[in-house]
Amino acid sequence: MKQVQSAIAHAGVSLADRKGVLGTLMLAPALAYIAALVAVPFFLAIGLSVSDATVGDPAIHHFVGLRNFVRVIHESAFHFGLRNSMIVTFATLILILVLATAESELLARDFRGKRLVQILLILPWAMPVSLAAVGWLWLLDSEFSPVDWLLRTAHLLGPGTLFGPANHLYYYGREWVGIGAIIAINVWRLLPFATIIVLAGRTSIPRDIFEQAEIDGAGFFRTLFHITLPALLPILTVAAMFTALLVFGDMTIAALTTRGGPGYTTQLLPYWAYLKGIEGGALSEGAAIALFLFPVLLVGAILALRFAYRTESA
Amino acid sequence: MATLELRGIKKRFGDFYAVDGVDLMIAEGEFLAILGPSGCGKTTLMRMIAGLEPPSAGEVLIGGVPVTHLPPRARNVSMVFQSYALYPHMSVAENIAFPLKARGMPKSERDTKVKWVVGLMGIEGLVKRKPGRLSGGEKQKVALARSLVRDPSLFIFDEPLSSLDAQVRAMARGELRQLHDRTGVTTVYVTHDQLEALGMGDRVAIMNRGQVRQLGTPQELYDDPADTFVAAFLGSPPMNLIERDNRIIGFRPEYLQPRADGSLAQGALVFKVRIMQLEFLGSEWLIYGVLEDGDGENRLLAKVDQPVASKLRSGESRDFVVERSCLRFFDKTTGLRIAPSAAKLTQ
Amino acid sequence: MVLALRRLIFYVMLALFAVFAVFPVIWMVITVFKRNVDLYNPNNNPFIYNLPPTLGHLEFLFTSTSYPTFLWNSAFIGVIVVIITLLLSVPAAYSLSRLVGRWGERSGIAIFFVYLIPPTLLFIPLYQIVSLLKVANTVWSLILVYPTITVPFCTWLLLGFFKSVPREFEEAALIDGCSRFSAFLRVALPLALPGIATCIVFAFALSLSDYIYAAVFVSSTASRTVSAGVPTSLIRGDIYYWQSLMAAAVIVTIPLAVAYGLLFDRLVKGFQSDPGAGEKSAA
Repeated sequence: MKQVQSAIAHAGVSLADRKGVLGTLMLAPALAYIAALVAVPFFLAIGLSVSDATVGDPAIHHFVGLRNFVRVIHESAFHFGLRNSMIVTFATLILILVLATAESELLARDFRGKRLVQILLILPWAMPVSLAAVGWLWLLDSEFSPVDWLLRTAHLLGPGTLFGPANHLYYYGREWVGIGAIIAINVWRLLPFATIIVLAGRTSIPRDIFEQAEIDGAGFFRTLFHITLPALLPILTVAAMFTALLVFGDMTIAALTTRGGPGYTTQLLPYWAYLKGIEGGALSEGAAIALFLFPVLLVGAILALRFAYRTESA
Repeated sequence: MATLELRGIKKRFGDFYAVDGVDLMIAEGEFLAILGPSGCGKTTLMRMIAGLEPPSAGEVLIGGVPVTHLPPRARNVSMVFQSYALYPHMSVAENIAFPLKARGMPKSERDTKVKWVVGLMGIEGLVKRKPGRLSGGEKQKVALARSLVRDPSLFIFDEPLSSLDAQVRAMARGELRQLHDRTGVTTVYVTHDQLEALGMGDRVAIMNRGQVRQLGTPQELYDDPADTFVAAFLGSPPMNLIERDNRIIGFRPEYLQPRADGSLAQGALVFKVRIMQLEFLGSEWLIYGVLEDGDGENRLLAKVDQPVASKLRSGESRDFVVERSCLRFFDKTTGLRIAPSAAKLTQ
Repeated sequence: MVLALRRLIFYVMLALFAVFAVFPVIWMVITVFKRNVDLYNPNNNPFIYNLPPTLGHLEFLFTSTSYPTFLWNSAFIGVIVVIITLLLSVPAAYSLSRLVGRWGERSGIAIFFVYLIPPTLLFIPLYQIVSLLKVANTVWSLILVYPTITVPFCTWLLLGFFKSVPREFEEAALIDGCSRFSAFLRVALPLALPGIATCIVFAFALSLSDYIYAAVFVSSTASRTVSAGVPTSLIRGDIYYWQSLMAAAVIVTIPLAVAYGLLFDRLVKGFQSDPGAGEKSAA
């Protein structure tokens, strides 16, 4: 009995044993960091948006109410920005979801040279966004674009052809072609990422479901629409959220390709907030524009999460 | 080796009591089985003994020392999990050495210990493998080795045989019990399988709805169930329970026999039974019957030998008899045992 | 016959996806070695070398620009950010998944909302904070702010991962004589390695890819990253050093693509637990 007592007594209770204390200690650094560099700036941004701060005088002195908001929403650049941000986000989202589902369907199978294909397919995502934008800028150059050259060679571009009469498409110089180019770049660079997420969902669908479907005589499309897609819905929602977030909040592509032009016709909200707040020096108005992004993302995320939970519990 | 004592242990989750006041005293070297249906609180109770869950009220004492507020590592208990919980990133040898390493034992000493336990369990051939490449039975042996390698005060088993095939399981039961007899470590064995509990336990605690309904040797539990729950839970098939004269009468199927010619023993009970079906069990037959003279429909089971069964036909009505000494009486509302039979007052 | 047709469709689809992904990069690679006279003639076939290829633009990139400095800065920042991210988010995710109880269970979503706050909204105040801390114009300003992107994302990712590791392993470790903390170190952590590998890749990729913070917070060439340094130093007014620009992009991309491509299956595994799945196993 003595032995037992000493065996029990020798190890006391330390901090490392106590669930609550240890949990708090382990959580604290991340929480402190997030509080200092996300929460504080977030509220500063709200503060800025209702003040009259500028780059020259960045302190928040005067409360001006919603004046900045009222002012920014009356500008045509804001209208274009909002419209284009919506269009670009939705178009990219739809294209990405369709393409990522298709691509994951291909990659869920085993085939020879899969590693090489994976390397090729992930390439766009490995390129830093700004360099990808520059690459596409050159790919769709107003004078030397190889795409134009291909179209001209195929007699689809040039005087008297389908896309003519000019010899060039001037991608970044025309409103809708410019928006289309921005969508294309977004789809290109985010498709690998979305595919990885969808593939994660795709490979965790139990294999016997597909085998059952095959035994039941379901063809490829019936299996896709009745089995694969419903099972993928929750993960597609996650992929959609990430994609929307990354597209809607991005200004790099616009900043390096169309620069919002011609005029404000290809302007995007985040880039306009940057131009106004940093380049233009009107910190408070820039913050007000950026704040418009948040509720849109919030509502989108809540809807998506609700949807994901509902489909999962069903 | 140590005693284990539980005093008024309770565990509340929200407004639900998973364990609702359990008192137990387990002697040094005893093998106690805790038996109950799923959701009866046995797993929660075991987790509180191990220190994985703090009790809402009550005390746990190991070797007379209160350990209620001590973490598992300070209790010197070892445990075999239902899934065995072998660390997938370590080899078998590393798994077995882990408890020693966690206690800071020097490597040379560790190696001797591991070698000893590996020999004891007969798993020398497995030491280099990863758990992912072991069969169910091999995993169980490794898990046992891991819990044996240090000298624990207390062994806890959480349904360690439930993932084995029926054949391996019967073997493992015997081996486990032998192992206990050889090491003599106080053991708490949690299971929902009455064959394991009755076959291995020195004593068995039967739990239901967070409480211990009865604690006793397997024989006591079988012969003298404390209430209708224990009566209906133990035995396969379970005890017949029939309502008569505002109380419940219980008797085991093997005591219900067709009435033989000649006189009845004193106080024996006679039932008029219509035989519904006869089922062959191997050494004996199981008779499914319906009570004909009862109010409402009462189903009865009888277990009879081959020669007796050969005289019975499905569909016929027969008189069946139970001797007085084999009857047990329970209160109709509480289900508790009343007036224990005169023949057996062992409890 | 049907099978052969199916295979054909499969490979055609695969080829189409591969071409879509690779075509711009191939164009970039072709450009790198083109002479100016060849490049700037709209009548030339742009896909072939009408004049012999040259290494001149690569040489220009490495000798006449700060590209090597950019590479070093990006690598340095990336590594430090990965370390900080792991130090912050691994314990946080473990704590949320195991230790802090009820309010930790729903935290997957809360973390997600942190991730929702767009950098565009934060960077004006963050710039003020960076100036206040006197780290503006240094690599440290970026090391300070990049975890705002990587920590929520990696915590969210790891949270799902820890939740998918059965608790029994850690409980066995507790019984075997570990404290909660050493059970985390010795058992939970090794089991979460695939998730951690995914986090390393994502944290590095996210920090490498950022342009806004890198362009706004740092203006001295010596402290710039690849992302911000290449476009600003190789686009001078309306003069674009196309071949060198493309070389700069391709040189960082191809090794990373090979690394990420080899880790592809692991990255997929890292996502194999969404916030919803974690909730269910916790219930």
